Amino acid sequence: MTWFFEMLSYSFMQRALIAGLLISICAALVGVSLVLRKNSMIGDGLSHTAFGAFAIATVLNFAPLWFAVPVVVIASFFVLKMSGNKKSNGDAMVALLSASSLAVGCMAISLTKGVNIDLNSYLFGSVLSIGWSDVWLSLILVIAVVLLYIFAHNRIFAITFDEDFAKAIGIKTDLYDAIFAVICSLVVVFGIRLLGALLISSLIIFPTLIAMQFSKSFGRVVIASVLFSVVNFILGLVISYLIASPTGATVVVVNLAALIIARIVRAIRQ
Amino acid sequence: MSHAIVAKNLSLSYGSNKVISSASFAIDERDFVCIVGANGSGKSTLVKAILGLVKPSSGKISFGSGIEQKTIGFLPQDVKADLNFPATVFEIVLSGTLGRLGMKAFYRKEDKTRAEEALKRLGISKLRNASFVDLSGGQKQKVLLARALAATSKLLILDEPSNNLDYKSRKEFYGALKKLNESGLTIIMITHDLDAEDLIGNKVISIKEAKVECAPTADFLRSYK
Repeated sequence: MTWFFEMLSYSFMQRALIAGLLISICAALVGVSLVLRKNSMIGDGLSHTAFGAFAIATVLNFAPLWFAVPVVVIASFFVLKMSGNKKSNGDAMVALLSASSLAVGCMAISLTKGVNIDLNSYLFGSVLSIGWSDVWLSLILVIAVVLLYIFAHNRIFAITFDEDFAKAIGIKTDLYDAIFAVICSLVVVFGIRLLGALLISSLIIFPTLIAMQFSKSFGRVVIASVLFSVVNFILGLVISYLIASPTGATVVVVNLAALIIARIVRAIRQ
Repeated sequence: MSHAIVAKNLSLSYGSNKVISSASFAIDERDFVCIVGANGSGKSTLVKAILGLVKPSSGKISFGSGIEQKTIGFLPQDVKADLNFPATVFEIVLSGTLGRLGMKAFYRKEDKTRAEEALKRLGISKLRNASFVDLSGGQKQKVLLARALAATSKLLILDEPSNNLDYKSRKEFYGALKKLNESGLTIIMITHDLDAEDLIGNKVISIKEAKVECAPTADFLRSYK
């Protein structure tokens, strides 16, 4: 276990562990509703948008976080509106947004001289980029999301299962959609520095899919997805430290392995 | 007999299209009304207006005593949830009581009792802890009916509930609806079938070219033939 204490002796690893755990909890909670409402790709679209926003903010010398948050929140409203609009092709809109944001971000960085940006850390994340301010912001976010789930989980279930029925019994589905859009945006923006624009959406999707292999109750899936998300993140971070692999990629591979094992276990049990 | 719903000079529009024009009708308590009309005629829009999801462009809908829009039991045409949605039957039926919760965050004991009673009335108590995805089409529809039942003591609205049911399940489902109606519930059901077998209510509301007519089922069938 000495290696574990050695790992935690580095302050950047402490920050990465705490921020990662907090983001994992938020991502798992918001992921259950997004995945079950077939909106999984929204996380992907928003993470690419966040990349574009971070790149432009850096080039223009703005504070990246304060520039990216409003941009991604606005994009999330746009994407949710499109995905709920029967006349528009929601999937295509998300794909367009993803590709366009990525392209704009790359162009902004490559055409600007004298700006030293490590493109890889934006795309694939870096434990070194996490500061204490990220940890505190993540803590505030996780408190807000957990409180939302404690006090509104029944309504979140109703909206996730059957939006038309939820509207009919007076639940303000548009308000909940807006809250989820903001939370999803913040999870993406806060998590992008750790896992990267290309990998952060996996933190939203994998835990729910893994939890669904073991439980057929909504409440249990919510709790199980949080547990899987947290455990898989810790495993990914530790493995990445031990074998000196990129943290974001390792966390995703651990989640992928967990999903494969979960499916095999489920098939055997059936 | 007192009225459950009264519509006066009701006009409804979908975008720039007027789908219901100046309709006036009354649905009595304990009525079982079938709403019929061609695709796109405005059946679902009329139901949405009763549920408060579509605002009338003119006219109004009023309700009898004890009926609130939030506590109408509604069974939508289809549930768009993920095919593998993880939910137990009880979780789904219990969610029917949410309209009664107001600002409260947690279900009360009386809400759980309502959900248990709804399962019992439809004879599906043994499915209480079953997973929704493992049920047959007929069972799923009964669970959704139980959810609607948990929401209401007075008025059920069903949007083409027999769409995905085979003949046997449909007969069984209609049997359950008739029993609920006989026990005192007012029922409004959209149907696209015009067979006497499907028009199981005592009244028919027909919609054609934005005109709404309400007549006893026997009269409607005679005029239709």
